[in-house]
Amino acid sequence: MANLDQITESVLTQIDGGGFRQEGAYNLRYNGYSLCHGNTEHITIKRKEDREGIDVYISGQTKGEQVHIPVVVSASGITDEVYNDFYIEDGAQVTIVAGCGIHNSGCNDSRHDGIHSFHVGKDANVRYEEKHYGEGEGTGARILNPVTRIYMDERSVFTLDTVQIRGVDSTRRKTEVVMEGDSRLYVMEKLMTHDSQSAVSDMDICLNGPGSSARIISRSVARDNSHQVFHPKAIGNALCHAHIQCDSIIMDHARVCSIPEIDARHVDAAIIHEAAIGRINSEQLIKLNTFGLSEEAAEAIIIENFLN
Amino acid sequence: MLEVRNLVFHPLENGLEISIIENISFTVEQGEMLVITGPNGGGKSTVARLLMGIETPDSGEILLDGVDITGWSIAQRANAGIGFAFQQPPRFKGMTVKRLLSIAAGCELPESRCCDYLSAVGLCAREYLDREVDNTLSGGEMKRLEIATVLARPHKLCIFDEPEAGIDLWSFSMLVDQFRRLHAEKKQSLILISHQEKIIQMADRIMVIRDGRVAALGPGDEVLPQLLGGEKDCGCTANSPCRA
Repeated sequence: MANLDQITESVLTQIDGGGFRQEGAYNLRYNGYSLCHGNTEHITIKRKEDREGIDVYISGQTKGEQVHIPVVVSASGITDEVYNDFYIEDGAQVTIVAGCGIHNSGCNDSRHDGIHSFHVGKDANVRYEEKHYGEGEGTGARILNPVTRIYMDERSVFTLDTVQIRGVDSTRRKTEVVMEGDSRLYVMEKLMTHDSQSAVSDMDICLNGPGSSARIISRSVARDNSHQVFHPKAIGNALCHAHIQCDSIIMDHARVCSIPEIDARHVDAAIIHEAAIGRINSEQLIKLNTFGLSEEAAEAIIIENFLN
Repeated sequence: MLEVRNLVFHPLENGLEISIIENISFTVEQGEMLVITGPNGGGKSTVARLLMGIETPDSGEILLDGVDITGWSIAQRANAGIGFAFQQPPRFKGMTVKRLLSIAAGCELPESRCCDYLSAVGLCAREYLDREVDNTLSGGEMKRLEIATVLARPHKLCIFDEPEAGIDLWSFSMLVDQFRRLHAEKKQSLILISHQEKIIQMADRIMVIRDGRVAALGPGDEVLPQLLGGEKDCGCTANSPCRA
């Protein structure tokens, strides 16, 4: 079992809510290399030989297991690009807990680009949790640019739960999903930016198979001088249903831009987009004031619950 | 317990001063139930909002247990023991019913306690605890939850602004029972703004507010017959158009 330093332990607590343990199927990437990893009877993790990253094989026998693949960057000035591919066999049921935390105490930028591809078999059910977090007293930026590509076979279910907690100076997130017949996609994206941070999220959902459905919920809070851009796009190529809902709370001198795109290419494609940007609702603040909470405490509670 | 003296509220609307509340005075005694009624637009809800500190009066005084709270913030009044149930409660995306009740109570509530508060307003705890207080809840569910949040902490004075609005008949009779129980306990004073005869009948005293003024104030058995007898008379004249 690898020994982990205090910074790594602390960052892992932030990005792996269930508690990272070197048990079961896991891979901890630390400052650009795989520090430790483990397999189980049904889940095998292999290091790539042609480039940085891992291949994760999840057998159809997998029922309710978890895979933990956190990334910790604590060296200032590092640029880490990693390719992780997941092969999920027909009928597997698995939860994949990923996440990246950067502790930058230096003056150089630290950056992690995680390119994840999921090949989801028929009837498989995957839950993918990803938390991004930055900390450290250095002036160097903390940069995370994740790319998530998901190929969903018939009747598969994929739940994508992404959270950017705080401390990430710049992020450019790209998500691409291709859906076959009767597959179901659930996306919950939560994002908080502060200071002068910027976040861009592009999401392309192609509903190719009849009966496919997607529900995308994006919630964000932009404070200080931060800047967010959302560009969710749903393309309906068959009888399908998609619902995209983007809600943002804007504060201070922040800027939030939501650019929805819904593209129906089939007469039975039903696609809905809702987007709302606004300051914290004064009625909500007053309601919490009537519970005896100050303005500041009420505001914190509203944001905490909004990002839940 | 509560003393309101010469309350006046003249806010600006499109740059012009308008008269909403004109010199209203009344008291509420310990354990008393005062029902405020009167035509729509007469100023009932504004009085409630002035008492809670949501609006600021232009003049007048509000005293709670002899202490002048006129300049106090909403939170200060809440911490002094005033509770408030909104006519149209706000929704909170991402917040669960259980969390809202816990915030209302000021501490993390066990499920059994949440269940008690929700049952008291006719909601089944098992179905609602983990639901979000967002637009998936109907208007009636929101109203009942709103009342549950007020029940979740002890108060000296509870103000309910049209608690019956949007509530179905079955839940309404439960709600009336709940108010009857609260009133019988005499632990807290109650101000209810209502148009419902069943609620008005429970009042120790009734105050009728019309055109921002107290049109009648007295024991329930004196004011109620006047209300019932004059229900066809909305009180409007050529010089004072109907605001109902």
